[in-house]
Order: sequence, then structure tokens, then C-alpha cells
Amino acid sequence: MTAATSSRPLRSTAWAPFNRMPASIWLCCAWIAIVVIVGITAQWSAPYDYTHQDPLARFARPFVSTAHLLGTDYLGRDVVSNLLAATQTTLMIALLGSVICALLGTSLGLLAAHFGGWVDNAVMGFADAMAAVPFIIIALSVLALFGTSPLLFVFLVGLASWERYARLTRGLVISAKEEGYAEAARIVGVPSMRIYLRHMLPNIAGPLIVQFTVNFPEIILLESGLSFLGLGIQPPETSLGLMVADGRNYLAIAWWLAAFPGAVIVLTTLSISLLGDYLRDRLDARLR
Amino acid sequence: MTAFILARLMRAVAVLVFTVTLVFIVLRLTGDPAQQMLSDNAGPEALAAFNAKWGLDRSILEQYLYYVANVLRGDFGISFADGREVFTVVSERIPKTLIVTVSAFIVSILIGIPAGILAAMRRESAVDKGVMAAAVVGYSVPNFLLGLVFIFVFAVWLRVLPSSGSSTWSHAVLPIATFALFNAAAVARFMRSTLIDVLGQPYIAAARADGIPPWEIILRHALPNAAIPMVTTLGFVAGGLLGGSALIEPVFAWPGLGSGFVNATNTGDLPVVQAMIVLFTVFMVAINLTVDVLYAVLNPKIRKH
Repeated sequence: MTAATSSRPLRSTAWAPFNRMPASIWLCCAWIAIVVIVGITAQWSAPYDYTHQDPLARFARPFVSTAHLLGTDYLGRDVVSNLLAATQTTLMIALLGSVICALLGTSLGLLAAHFGGWVDNAVMGFADAMAAVPFIIIALSVLALFGTSPLLFVFLVGLASWERYARLTRGLVISAKEEGYAEAARIVGVPSMRIYLRHMLPNIAGPLIVQFTVNFPEIILLESGLSFLGLGIQPPETSLGLMVADGRNYLAIAWWLAAFPGAVIVLTTLSISLLGDYLRDRLDARLR
Repeated sequence: MTAFILARLMRAVAVLVFTVTLVFIVLRLTGDPAQQMLSDNAGPEALAAFNAKWGLDRSILEQYLYYVANVLRGDFGISFADGREVFTVVSERIPKTLIVTVSAFIVSILIGIPAGILAAMRRESAVDKGVMAAAVVGYSVPNFLLGLVFIFVFAVWLRVLPSSGSSTWSHAVLPIATFALFNAAAVARFMRSTLIDVLGQPYIAAARADGIPPWEIILRHALPNAAIPMVTTLGFVAGGLLGGSALIEPVFAWPGLGSGFVNATNTGDLPVVQAMIVLFTVFMVAINLTVDVLYAVLNPKIRKH
């Protein structure tokens, strides 16, 4: 099995999950690609500065004029420009948060698996405690006691569900230790750190990547939820959750203010979740 | 079983003590408690009275004991927002949150469990696909956004239900529906996967070979075995409802604990915030303890000991 996998050309192995991909997954990938491009180019692609107000063009309806394709809000700000900037902010926070979460969880899981004993008990006990309380409650408590600041917010978002990475990594490392290659490397005197990073990590990366695709949309939802409550990103900065919160007061007269950012949130999280499900099925099939 | 439950009870108490201690430490670390806990226009005699009451002129250990004693009596001080006792402010919100979360919990079980059983029994059927699709959408749509969609459809467009407030029973319909729709999908998905696992076991094949009718296999053999993992899941759902109240209640201006917590956080009303943290911890500990006890009752391995 191992010999068969390693003798396959690297390129075909890497592209295997993308062969015979269903149309729905292609659509998900296309949407994710659009969102990523927007996230990178928002400053240059936005038709206006998103804070630019035009009091004479307040509440312009969407799809009516080319000047404001998705309409304007209660201050006459262009919805397209706001949406681009908000997508960029939300994406940036979700990305930073996910990376923090993955690094923290994976390192703690590795520590627990490496040392065992009381370190293992402490990390896993903490993980259980975190999993037992809905994170939004922890987040509210922290924001209430320490106040809101962008840096704290990013770290806070990054703390959400680190325990799943920790549990996953711990389990994977413990079972990988039993396998021949780790034992062989240890016997010839390769240092532990090198075994973990160079030999084990590539072998256990699949499930961790799948976990990333589960975690990323959740962090988007957490960020937009906290910003919606007025506890996350603060004006004049903008984010998708903040736009929904802004539009909420004008539901009766300007549905588009909440509808467009809401749609971007849903399409993005849905695309990443579906892609993640698909990847998990394909990666699992290869493991079997 | 008594030993198991006692051990869990001890752990629950330990978690509560830990939370109260953590809140105490953080409040002491982040500044002068008298200035934090009283509004800015408090006079010197109010400050002195506050310091005497909470023992702030004594050693840190004595302060801690004072704090714990006051918390045990339910005395969290005075709310900044309206100058009333925090205990009154918080406790009048408890029934509001319970009405919505408990009803939503019952509705999710009543819809989710039968839907999950049907989906597991008829794989690839319309029910099965519906359950799986609803579960995926449930993970991708933020609950506050679904609440806004409901407000738009039923309050703004059709004008059949009120959008916010809590004066009549009809005000509770949309918050309960928002909560229940999310959780019913999650319950159905877990019920489905748990039951599919159980139905693959050899003893089910044996029961089938014996010629026992399918509904009897489900009711007498599969469901009791699926109940143990389901109890854990329902515990998570109950906890999720409590957490979700922080996002859904503000959408409908529902005056429960969730919106109270968010308001207190937004206005920096620390006396209310600390009471909310302790109260939410009490709720979570109670839910987890209930799950543990049910687990012990349902699982013969633990029950026999």
C-alpha cells in the first residue's frame, strides 16, 4: 500500500481529488476563487471608497443604475464598494483566526501526545472544558472583561475550537508513533522534532486540512456573529456581519442592505463546507 | 452508579468554583473594582460603603472570601444601567430565555428524531436527502441571518407576526422557529448517523434473521442502543441553544439572558456581566450533569457498578 502510493507520480497524487469533480463542487471552487480575488484586490477593484457618502443618492435601489449596481445605503454609500471591503476584512480575520487556531491546536495536541502523563491530562482536560461551553459565551465574557480591540478580537476568534485540532493531532500522532517509519527514524537517531515535522506531519496532514475546511466557515460565522452584535469589528472599519447589522434597521425599506452581505456569508461558508465534505470523502477513500 | 454521579457532582462544583475564582481574578487585575463596579458619578461615601461591603480594605484572601459569600447569596451588586439589584435584573430575564429555548428544544426533538429515524431507515429517499440538505444549510446560514429572513418574510412582507418584543405569545413564534429549525436539522442528522451505525451491528442482523418485524427492531433493539450517543448530542444541542440565545434574542429584541448579556457587554455593565458569566456557567454545568446522570441511567455498564 505504502509502496504503491509512493511510486505513483507526485503530480497525479496531488491532483487526484480534483479528477471527475462534480459540477456543484466546481461551482463552489469558482465562488471561493472569486471571494479570494476580491479579498486580495478590494482596494483597487472597488468603484468608490466605501466610506464615501453621497447624501443625494441615499437608498438607491439595486440593479437600477450602473453607478451603484447594488444600490446605496442610508448615507448614500455604495453597497458594492462596502461589500468588497467587508469581504476582505472578514476573510482576513477568518484566515488569521484559522491559522492561529490550527497552529495552537496542533502544537498542543503534539505536546500532549509527546509528553503524555500530566501534560496530556492537562491539555485534554482543558480541551474538554472548552468544548463543553458554547464559544460565543466565552467570547462575550472575554470581550466584556477586556474590552474590544482588533488584535484581541483576532486572537479570540482564533481560540474557537482549537480543541478539535488538539484532539485530532494527538490521536493521529499517537497512532503514527506505532507505525514502522517513525520507529525506524527514532532508532537511527533522528531527533523527535524532526520526526514530527519532516516525517509525521506530511502523513497526518490530510485530516488536518479537512479540519481546516470545517473550521474556516465556522470562524466566518463567529466573526460575523460578533460583529453583528456590535462586539467585533468597529466602524469605520467594515465587515460582513457589521453590514448585516446596519441593514437590519432598514429591512422594511431597503432589503438589499442586509441581503447582499448575508448572501456573501452564506455562499462562502456553504462553498467551503461542501468542498470540505467532498475532500474528506475523497481523502478517506484513498486511506481505505 | 452513586459513586459515578457523586464524582460528576464534585466536578460540577469544581467548575463553578473555578469560574467564580477566574472572574474574581480578572476583575481585580483589570482595575479598581470600586470604580469599575460603581458608575462614574458615585460619591465618596458610596465608594466607602462599597469598599466596606466587599471587604476591599482587607487582604486579597479575605476579599475573595467576601466575594464568594456575596455570590453565594446571589448578591452581585447594582447594575450601571438602571441602578437596580443585579439579581433582580438578571432573574427576571431567566423565564424569558427558558420559554424560548425549552420550547425550541422540544420542537427540535419532535421534528428531528422522527426525521432522523425515517432518513436512516430509508437511505437515499426524499426524507434522507432533505435531512442532509437541511443539515448542510444549517451549518452555513448564520442563525441571526435566518432570524432576519423570518422577520422580513413574516413581519415586513406578510405582516402576520410581530418582529420584536415579548408582550404576547405570538412574539415568541419567530424566535422559537429560528432556534428550532437549526437544531432540528442537527438532531435529525445525528439521529440518522447514530441509527445507521447501530443498524449495521451484528445483533440487528441476527434480529432480522429471526424474522422480527422492522418497526420492532427499530423500537426494541436499535433505539435503546442509539439513545446513549443521542443523549450526549442532545446535551450539546441544549448548550448550543443557550449560546445561540446571545445571537438570536437581540435580533427579535427578546428580553432574555442572551440579549441581556450582549447589552451588558456593549455598555460595559460589569456587575451584570459577572452575574451572567456565573449564571451561564451554572446552566452549562447543570446541562452537562444531566447528560452524565442520564448516561449513567441508560448505560448498563455504569448502572451495574
